[in-house]
Amino acid sequence: MGNEEEYMYTKEHEWVCFEDNVAIVGIAEYAQSALGDITFVELPDVGEDVEQFERLASVESVKAASDIFAPISGKVLEINKKLDAAPELINKSCYDKGWIAKIEPSDLDEKGNLMNAEEYQQFLEGLDT
Amino acid sequence: MNPPGQLKQTPLYPDHVHLKAKMVPFGGWSMPVQYGGILDEYAQCRKAAALFDICHMGEFVVEGDRALSSLQGIVTANLDTLAIHRSRYCLMLNEQGGVIDDLIVFRLSDKKFFLVVNAANIDKDFCYLQKAIGSKVHCVNISSETGKLDLQGPYAREALVQLCPDIGKLKYFQSDTFSLLGEECLISRTGYTGELGYEIFYPWSKTKIVWQKILENDKVKPAGLGARDILRIEMAYSLYGHELSESISPLEAGLESFVNLDKEFVGRNALLKQKKEGLMRRIVYFTSVDRRSPRLGHKLFSLDGQEVGEVTSGTFSPALQKGIGIGLVSSGANLSKESIFFGLDQKNRVAGLLCQKPFYKQGTLKN
Repeated sequence: MGNEEEYMYTKEHEWVCFEDNVAIVGIAEYAQSALGDITFVELPDVGEDVEQFERLASVESVKAASDIFAPISGKVLEINKKLDAAPELINKSCYDKGWIAKIEPSDLDEKGNLMNAEEYQQFLEGLDT
Repeated sequence: MNPPGQLKQTPLYPDHVHLKAKMVPFGGWSMPVQYGGILDEYAQCRKAAALFDICHMGEFVVEGDRALSSLQGIVTANLDTLAIHRSRYCLMLNEQGGVIDDLIVFRLSDKKFFLVVNAANIDKDFCYLQKAIGSKVHCVNISSETGKLDLQGPYAREALVQLCPDIGKLKYFQSDTFSLLGEECLISRTGYTGELGYEIFYPWSKTKIVWQKILENDKVKPAGLGARDILRIEMAYSLYGHELSESISPLEAGLESFVNLDKEFVGRNALLKQKKEGLMRRIVYFTSVDRRSPRLGHKLFSLDGQEVGEVTSGTFSPALQKGIGIGLVSSGANLSKESIFFGLDQKNRVAGLLCQKPFYKQGTLKN
């Protein structure tokens, strides 16, 4: 699903990548690893409007329940229905097969509020110290 | 040994760190919650055999001419009928009928008993026991010199027989002294997972040798407290601090079968009164209608939206592939089989179905 280095990230560890003006959204390795085995994903409805940094979905793991926030505002075009029966796809392949939703962005300027791969890497390093 | 406020470490702490376990505080101890993934470790125990570091739990020896009669007045089980080499799960209660701790009492000989208690309650239990038993019975806290390993799973017997051929004869809830890797130790066929398994009590400083030796067997893997919690909830086993506390009685917790009301013990009068007047609360077991899981902190609701109680334990059940939960509800709650709901609040409630315990019925514990 695109080149990982072109992904953009939020401080809540969601990722987004853009393909033909469609934003594909998922959670980053850091979040996947912190949550542990994921057992349930509550997906948004197709057609739903979401706001940047507002709740998009929620996930439950063997350890905790957690909200997933939209990295960008827009309309939900498609959801990853495979996660209903196989939520562990997020653990196995968080940047590819474990994608959560595709969004038609309403304001691409919002990209300015996101981190690129390098900035996110620095952000992660800051978390470790 | 450890400054106050600092987490205590089991003798296997360096091994856990070496295995890259995620360590968490539990009952005052730094314990491994997982090594790899919790669900993998769960499956390892259900399908083959898993090894758990349980050194944090407490062990007491009660010995003397009056050991039996003293303990009889303290625990809920009838120890008169407890044969040597047998053990029994029971509770110690306060005068109000609340649970001081749940424990297993092993009868080692006519006049000698071995008690296994929860890690977080060791000091409280020992103080209470000393006071309740009196000076005529010898009561020793051997927790700091006693390591404990739980080997659990359908393959556990085959794995342990290789190191200790005689354990093959042990029946469920039976125990004896065996020679294991050159040391005399108590091995009991008990556990907290629902699978065939053993609890090995070994000299603290040498427990590491047994841990490493057992793990040389490729079919045995270490498992952490994360897997252990799912395994015990699937069996609907109570956990102190969740289903049990000083303000919850064993009758409310659904443990009446471990209480013998035909003998005298501390708390008995309170329980008889509860039985006569009716219980305020009762325990319920329920499954989620889907993969969403009840969790500690969730409330329980009836169909009409009334808050009727709270979740005491909950998890995703890998065996059932859905959420499962245990909760305490007020006795007057209007609940039918298909009308229990759980969630942080009424608005976000998820439907559940009341059921009987245990959730997992294919366990090999009695095989």
